[in-house]
Amino acid sequence: MAAFALRRVLLAALVAITVSAIAFGLLYLSGDPVRALAGENATDEVIQRLSQEYGFDRPIGEQFLSWLGKAVTGDFGKSIYFNTDVAEMIWDRLPITMALGVMALGFAICLSIPLGVLAALRPNTFVDKAALTISLFGQALPNFWFAILLIILFGLTLRWLPISGNSSFAHFILPAVALGYYATPAFMRLIRAEMMDVLASDYIRTARAKGLSTSSVLFKHALRNAIIPVVSLAAVQLGFMLGGSVIIEQVFAIKGLGALAWESISRSDYPVVQALVLVISVIYVGLTLCADLLNAAIDPRLRHGH
Amino acid sequence: MRKLVYGAAASFVLATSAMAASGDNTLNIAWKSELTTLDRFNSASPEINIVQHLVFDGLIYRDPDTFEYKPALATEWEFTDDKTLELVLRRGVTFQNGEPFNADDVVATIKYITDPDNPIVTGNNTSWIDSAAKIGDYKVRINLKEPFPAAVEYLAGPIPMYPNEYLASVGKEGFSTKPIGTGPYRVTDSEPGRSITFEKNDAYWDGSPKGKPSIGKIVQRTIPDSNTQVAELLSGGIDWMWRVPEDQASKLGDVGNVTVQANETMRVGFILFDSSGRAGGSPFQKVAVRRAISHAIDRESMSKKLVGGGSRSVHTLCFPLQFGCTDEGAVKYEYSPDKAKKLLAEAGYPKGFEFDIYAFSNRPYTEAVVNYLRAVGVQANLRFLQFPALFKKLQAGEIQAAHMNWGSYGISDVSALTSRFFKGGKTDYAQDKDVQTWIEKADASVNGDERKQLYKKALDRIADQAYALPMFSYVNYLAFSSDLKLPPQADEFPHLYRAAWK
Repeated sequence: MAAFALRRVLLAALVAITVSAIAFGLLYLSGDPVRALAGENATDEVIQRLSQEYGFDRPIGEQFLSWLGKAVTGDFGKSIYFNTDVAEMIWDRLPITMALGVMALGFAICLSIPLGVLAALRPNTFVDKAALTISLFGQALPNFWFAILLIILFGLTLRWLPISGNSSFAHFILPAVALGYYATPAFMRLIRAEMMDVLASDYIRTARAKGLSTSSVLFKHALRNAIIPVVSLAAVQLGFMLGGSVIIEQVFAIKGLGALAWESISRSDYPVVQALVLVISVIYVGLTLCADLLNAAIDPRLRHGH
Repeated sequence: MRKLVYGAAASFVLATSAMAASGDNTLNIAWKSELTTLDRFNSASPEINIVQHLVFDGLIYRDPDTFEYKPALATEWEFTDDKTLELVLRRGVTFQNGEPFNADDVVATIKYITDPDNPIVTGNNTSWIDSAAKIGDYKVRINLKEPFPAAVEYLAGPIPMYPNEYLASVGKEGFSTKPIGTGPYRVTDSEPGRSITFEKNDAYWDGSPKGKPSIGKIVQRTIPDSNTQVAELLSGGIDWMWRVPEDQASKLGDVGNVTVQANETMRVGFILFDSSGRAGGSPFQKVAVRRAISHAIDRESMSKKLVGGGSRSVHTLCFPLQFGCTDEGAVKYEYSPDKAKKLLAEAGYPKGFEFDIYAFSNRPYTEAVVNYLRAVGVQANLRFLQFPALFKKLQAGEIQAAHMNWGSYGISDVSALTSRFFKGGKTDYAQDKDVQTWIEKADASVNGDERKQLYKKALDRIADQAYALPMFSYVNYLAFSSDLKLPPQADEFPHLYRAAWK
């Protein structure tokens, strides 16, 4: 197990570094921020001076290594446009996006567990189909559109919830639903399949034969086992949600990492984008790593598979 | 989708009118873009103009209704010669931090915006200024690099006055989040890119042409999505939004409790052709091709149907109210696909050709252009970029054709538009020596009639040679709570200090 874990951790680190190297290179192709910084009338000397100041005149490999070296110590430099510490900007916004992601995940799980259990209890019936349809809608609806529907219903018509911003808990409800609904089908299908497996197993038959009540069989014995793989799926989905939040944060005017990423890309604010790519990929890789290790801990076959 | 929004809105807005309105004397506003700085000279965002109007005053004030110049921080001004402007300053004005306003502030501001080692972002607006000198506590002299008759217009525009002592103590960085001006509102809180809180300046100086402010507090939030802005407006979460897309504006007008105001702006759209072949050989080097394109696009219909709200099609490359702008006697290209096809055939392109057209805003407008061109057999591939990226390509001479629009920074003088694209600079794709000479002379002449004549010659030539195809003026739609009183205006950037609750 230790060797497996070590191998996975090293692989994860490598993935994170590769991703940020690619991001660094791609950004480099997209244009020269100095001209935008220097203004309309800047002379070539000024542009050159700014280039030196920000280090844009050095070879790209060198730029990357020096950036990575500082990044490891938590120094991501300063935003070109806001002139503030990038680390501070990210630190400011990370809790917002995390809160959104966790709430969205919570919503997805709360919705998909009952649906999955119901579907497993009555496979291939109307109940099963209905549960599947409800969850499939989540995947089929573009989430920005679904978000607007939510705004119209709960923000405008019923006036139960605030429409945009992130100043209170209530502000996160609509975006969390819009973001989490998308992940519902994956959870629901997994729970359905696991439940069906578990329900067909010998120990459940034994439990039933012992005369335990249906609810006790379902929730104490079956669901508890069926839900284990959900934990690792949740870790991966949380990673996806960090990425998906780019659009949702735009629609609901939430000032999280997603919005910051979008704005920084359109402004070519290099230091911010580079730091964000690194941070998000580290989080994503970290979550995937957790999922892998969890899976391996649960199912020993995976440890020896490769 | 939008029908849904408005349907839902119409039924409920009437019942629960304006939650956020007059009660707490706070005006909640929203706009799309993140302002990275509140330093007017270091932002090219349109929204910085709104902030400028609220927080700062200039030496001279241009009436937003009549475009008449009125004394502001300067009470008198006079050209003592072609290159020297002397101004008498107003006494008894203080900045929002209590610092008194005097000649030192003017000199420091001019120094700040002309410092070659620390160039400002909006350098083209101030490049005519050489230096400023204090003659007395309340008298300054501004030295021009060369004669520049539009100086007063620029001083009444994007050149507000900063406090010298405060600026020196906080520097450019400090000023970007905590600006201090003499204006009717002061910034009491700002989170860069997220929100700005303005509060009424109770000590605002008497006799300002802006008048005394009425609303106590203005809170700005950044909401990137315009659907969300509309939903907030309808639910009372915000009271004011601007740059409303045309299709939304017309529907919002039908919902009770919302006032929609269409203000024609100085922003003019045009298609710039690479007439001189800077981007390599191009069909646009032939005048017949440029004229063909000019005949192929129905600008009148686009202006009426796509833009609406008082937009007008233009025939010369300037906004009709700008000084020096005229289309009298200039060549006008009426909409005629037949003529376009004939001209294309004459130029050797009977089957049309293919090219890349670059654009950066109002995508539907450029898509309409692409369709008109397809109808005469010309295939235009739309390349949509962010403005900084497009402008960089433009300056580098890499563009065959660009669908541009230019707001002239609200400066009512053709030097802010025509001169920027035809005076031989990096964005001059015509490279017409005559045009360059006429514009240079006109920009520098102090004789109004002579300027007009020279600009006319240049505009006529540009139209005749179809170096660029002028399209139409743009309209800015504002939508706000009907509880709000906000007079319409003739320039582009809202003067929110004029807002009051009914």
